[in-house]
Amino acid sequence: MLGEVLAHLCAKPNTIKYPFEPAVVEAGLRGKIKFVAEKCIGCKICVKDCPADAITITKIGDKRFECVFDLDKCIYCAQCVDSCPKKALSVTNEFELAQLDKHKLRFVFHAPDAPPTPPAPAAQPEPPVAKTA
Amino acid sequence: MSKITIPLGPQHPALKEPASFKITLNGEEIYSMDMRLGYNHRGIEKACEERTYIQGLYLIERICGICSHSHSTAYIQALEELAGLQVPKRGLYIRTLIAELERIHSHLLWLGVAAHEVGFDTLLMYAWRDRELVMDHLAEIGGNRVNYAVNTLGGVRRDLTPAEIAHILKDVDTLEERTKYYAQVATEESTLIARLSKIGYLSKTDAELLGAVGPTARACSVDRDIRRDDPYAAYGDVQFKVCVDDHCDVYGRVLVRVGELMESYSIIRQLLKNLPDGPIAVKAPRRIPAGEAISRYEAPRGEDCHYVKANGTDKPERVKIRAPTLANWRAVRKMIEGNYLADAPIIIAAIDPCFSCTDRAIELVRPAGAATLTWGALRQHGIDWYRKQGLDFADLNKKLATQLGRVK
Repeated sequence: MLGEVLAHLCAKPNTIKYPFEPAVVEAGLRGKIKFVAEKCIGCKICVKDCPADAITITKIGDKRFECVFDLDKCIYCAQCVDSCPKKALSVTNEFELAQLDKHKLRFVFHAPDAPPTPPAPAAQPEPPVAKTA
Repeated sequence: MSKITIPLGPQHPALKEPASFKITLNGEEIYSMDMRLGYNHRGIEKACEERTYIQGLYLIERICGICSHSHSTAYIQALEELAGLQVPKRGLYIRTLIAELERIHSHLLWLGVAAHEVGFDTLLMYAWRDRELVMDHLAEIGGNRVNYAVNTLGGVRRDLTPAEIAHILKDVDTLEERTKYYAQVATEESTLIARLSKIGYLSKTDAELLGAVGPTARACSVDRDIRRDDPYAAYGDVQFKVCVDDHCDVYGRVLVRVGELMESYSIIRQLLKNLPDGPIAVKAPRRIPAGEAISRYEAPRGEDCHYVKANGTDKPERVKIRAPTLANWRAVRKMIEGNYLADAPIIIAAIDPCFSCTDRAIELVRPAGAATLTWGALRQHGIDWYRKQGLDFADLNKKLATQLGRVK
């Protein structure tokens, strides 16, 4: 009993100083979905399988597809990642997605330019993952 | 003494979910209880009919936040039977592992809640601290603390790595040691025994007559467990004891659940020791052949039944869910009679009730003069009503938009 009391007196606090320090999340956390436009073939299986109707894929040119992702509808089940036959969708562990303005929850993953520019992986947070207000 | 009726709920500090109980008292003693459920009705069964099997799976998982894996497994077992899918052994083992981790987290959560209801908050803090170990593993394996989304048609979605297995085994040892301490507290701490004994008594005959399930029934010496009686997933391959107790009261329900925790640790060790190699899932068709299937699953709270009727398309024709709490409600009515009012919260909490699991149907009581409104008309009615009170949401929305504009 006394040992436990002393141990707790010297123990460091269990709380983390989030948001002043980054929160550590599990490696496999199902967070925001990433879309790589170059890999998409426009089969729309992800659109069919999404339980929350959060994905819209539109054809904007020859073999060029744009993805609009509604983060407020997404339930982060990552079924689209499993469904995609070309691995164009992947799961990230980005979880700080709250917004005051709901228009910012609509993410547009733009298709690459028609004459393919040097491969631009859709890494976050830089473009080509562009935010639309 | 004249009888008085007092309402308990729908919003009540002791119960985290809404349900209304009308308790008729004879002095301090409860004479009878009437309940009104349905506050959490979300129309899930109907919504399943409009979604494909894959989409429905995620909806089914959201029936309950505690036993989400139970519901999705019960549903998916029915689908796999209809489609004639042979789930690989490794998939079944992982599914069973998640089921047992879920049972541990559910029972530890219940232990904390029950301790809180009887004023033993130290046990609440201890039990919930230990529960975090399990929650971390569920998040590690599934990717989320609550809706793990591990199941998929034909198997599971995530595999286990050797590092995860070692980590789980280590934490199971810690948990077992701590649970032994709780078992010691439960059997030796005289205040706890005095507080819980002879409260919410339900005889074996009544438990069988009223169709009680799960730990509630097993604490009344009803030896019934779907895991043993009708083995599913990998339960046929593991050895475990069904915890039965003859106290028939809330104390017995504590003992059964603590006993089940110990059995769960043993099941997890056996599963991880004999984990077969191989694939974790088979490819599943999108269309399920016509037919009907019923699936039984021993959820932490008791037997969970799912009925699925398929019509050959990619959407089910009918889904029916019977959650364990629904089966236990009639037993609560019986066991609460003759107890003191102060014991009502712990007696209700002793079945580990889950209202959102239960609420599958509601009956609309239409008083004279009631009208049916469309969604749009109802919204307009709300806006007009608030405007009459001097609150205009259009103004507030404009204000918020300008504020946000300033932030930008």
